[in-house]
Amino acid sequence: MMNVQLRIRRYNPEADDVPHWEEYAVEAEPTDRVLDLLHQVKWYQDGTLTFRRSCAHGVCGSDAMLINGRNRLACEYLVKDAGTKITVEAIRGMDVVKDLLVDMEPFWESFKQTMPFLVNDEIPADGKERRQSPADRERYEDTSRCILCAACTSACPVFWSDQSYVGPAAIVNAHRFIVDSRDTAKQERLEIMADPDGVWRCRTVFNCVEACPRDIKITRAILEVTGEIGKAGIR
Amino acid sequence: MTLAARGGVSPTRVHEMDAIVVGAGGAGLYAALELKQELGPTARIGVISKLYPSRSHTGAAQGGVCAALGNTEEDHWEWHWFDTVKGGDYLVDQDAAEVMCHDAVETIINLEHLGLPFDRTEDGLINQRRFGGHTRNYGEGPVRRSCFAADRTGHAILQTLFQQCIRREVTFFDEYQVLDLALPEGPDGRVSGVIAMQTATSELHAFRAKAVLFATGGYGKIFKVTSNAHTLTGDGMAIPYRRGLPLEDMEFFQFHPTGMHRLGFLLSEAMRGEGGFLVNDTGERFMERYAPTMKDLASRDVVSRSIYLEIAEGRGIGGSDFVHLDVRHLGAEVLNKKLPDMSGFIRTYFGLEPLTDLVPIQPTAHYAMGGVPTDVDGRVLRDAAGAIVPGFYAAGEVACVSVHGANRLGTNSLLDILVFGRRAGKRMAADLADLPEPAADAEAEASVQAHARDLLEGTRGERPAVIRAELQETMFTKCGVYRTQQLLTECRDEVAALRKRARHLLVDDKGSRYNTDLGEAFELNFLLDCAEATVGSALARRESRGGHAREDFPERDDADWLKHTFITRDPAGGDLSLTYKPVTITKFEPKARTY
Repeated sequence: MMNVQLRIRRYNPEADDVPHWEEYAVEAEPTDRVLDLLHQVKWYQDGTLTFRRSCAHGVCGSDAMLINGRNRLACEYLVKDAGTKITVEAIRGMDVVKDLLVDMEPFWESFKQTMPFLVNDEIPADGKERRQSPADRERYEDTSRCILCAACTSACPVFWSDQSYVGPAAIVNAHRFIVDSRDTAKQERLEIMADPDGVWRCRTVFNCVEACPRDIKITRAILEVTGEIGKAGIR
Repeated sequence: MTLAARGGVSPTRVHEMDAIVVGAGGAGLYAALELKQELGPTARIGVISKLYPSRSHTGAAQGGVCAALGNTEEDHWEWHWFDTVKGGDYLVDQDAAEVMCHDAVETIINLEHLGLPFDRTEDGLINQRRFGGHTRNYGEGPVRRSCFAADRTGHAILQTLFQQCIRREVTFFDEYQVLDLALPEGPDGRVSGVIAMQTATSELHAFRAKAVLFATGGYGKIFKVTSNAHTLTGDGMAIPYRRGLPLEDMEFFQFHPTGMHRLGFLLSEAMRGEGGFLVNDTGERFMERYAPTMKDLASRDVVSRSIYLEIAEGRGIGGSDFVHLDVRHLGAEVLNKKLPDMSGFIRTYFGLEPLTDLVPIQPTAHYAMGGVPTDVDGRVLRDAAGAIVPGFYAAGEVACVSVHGANRLGTNSLLDILVFGRRAGKRMAADLADLPEPAADAEAEASVQAHARDLLEGTRGERPAVIRAELQETMFTKCGVYRTQQLLTECRDEVAALRKRARHLLVDDKGSRYNTDLGEAFELNFLLDCAEATVGSALARRESRGGHAREDFPERDDADWLKHTFITRDPAGGDLSLTYKPVTITKFEPKARTY
């Protein structure tokens, strides 16, 4: 057991004009997750501490936070790596609604703008699955792993300065369908991505790649999308 | 404290829909999609989730979903049917399992058409691999039946269905916690909507619809060590149970053999499907002793009990409460390409390297075979005789069809949510014309309001987390892998005492914005109700079958216990009653179960 000092940026819209820092002392095992520490505070010290979480092992994407200065999932970051002084605040570029919880609605709107669904209503004559070679399947393997946690978009300086930019998460999800050999809406998707608020806004800062808890090669996906736009002759 | 000032649900927060789906996992989303496809774009189909849909626990399912496509070797859906019945220790309703295994093939193909990123064979077909309990030719040996997307099949299913629901413009009500059913004609009448609290504002909303589907998942959080998400608190089971409707086969809970030690979440059975195996402290591959044919791929209840016995007899690692999973020989290609998430979990949470290190695992509470009783079209049953509750449907882990009997086979949970979510959606679409117009349940609205007010205004009592931790410890040690009359009796009394203590809960957060403290208090009450039904059903069943293992009654007893448990609680007096329903046997006569 070790003693950990947890600094959390708190904000309660019903009581506070501005956010403030609060400190909590918690006991932890080196293998505890930062999420476990947040639960210790919420369950046994101060029930008003508010954050989202569900699966607690990095697959549902609920608990992206800025921890020790970097976007991470609280359920994937262990005390042995985070140290005995841990600072936690909400991800940036999105409105803080309460404590560590941000307004996700604009994020979902950007996601939905990209037509995040396969378009192909033709069913093979034999009624069976469409064929797809392992090589074609591999083209969207990386981007199909996105868990929509918003760690990338909320780490992007272009997005911080102008939230009309669709952001890296939306582009990752557009890429997943643009390079899927089964899809029939490629042209439409590329036109959406070629919009002034689309893929051209990326300045290849690589913050998104660093922030992604799934290690998705986001900048590469963005470059592939710009390449496809070029090939399609869209201006 | 704005909430306390209000009387009932304000008319501005009443939502009139054609059909309401509660829960946005695979079952709920497939039903919603089906409803939209059957009824057309103008149909008002609402999906209510206490999370965002992409957070649902379907997304945590790893290894695959079985269907006898026969893409990599000979297979037949009848073999899958047999495996499901045998895996369920013959408590499976065989007509229902027949529907599931038969529909599996078409359903998986439909998912591919919807865009699911299945792994492919060299010929471009959906690839398939081995999984526990799935055999060729009625038990001869393992068969490749599990269709998969790397080791995140559930994530791929959840994403695909969410995506297509966006395409079909399903209406989503995200971050609403459903707290009660609308039963405007009283407990013997139809269901006509739900009452929910919007997390962002703590305001109550009434959703009125002719048809309501519960697809809210399981209740693994009654146990200390579980693979389940924090949010799996049995809401969809507890709500009808409180209103006097039955729960079926609640004593059957699956403990998955390979939970990560202490953490509880899973290392997929696919790790054994690809060739991994278990070893004890002496380095012995002990499953060869317990299941000579299927070895490490015997059904989950068998493997979990074997691990438990190894530990009980002192052959846990260093005499402790875990054994090792050995996957070192699988090599980098398999571990990094076919099992990348699993390998990542081992590296992240244990700091171990699966290529060179043994991995500590222990059985973890994983899946409820029981739940809200339904027919094969998701219609909820009022009693063991089979009467229907008009307007009420359930699908997925919250429901009990029963296709899993006393023990669910690996991959059949994803299949269950898909086949029965889809069938429920179709059935609801067909039933809408005959169902009466929805009406309000003012009494239920007032009662939910009062409950919330009590929690917010209360100034004395215990923290929900304290009671929850005691409940989880009690259920894990006294109603876990092995049970006895004495342990279960103690467990029943302790759960009753915890229920009493939970009448006074201390909620710190008195505000109305994202009051998740209040939300957890509601969830604790749901967990306590589910625990009561589980231990009440377990205490009565004096035999061992599948996920219900009694040390004092070690044998399966078909003469007395080849039947489903229905447990109800009298909403007025609180008395529990048990009735039983015969198992439907159409083809496979019960016989001894060996692997």
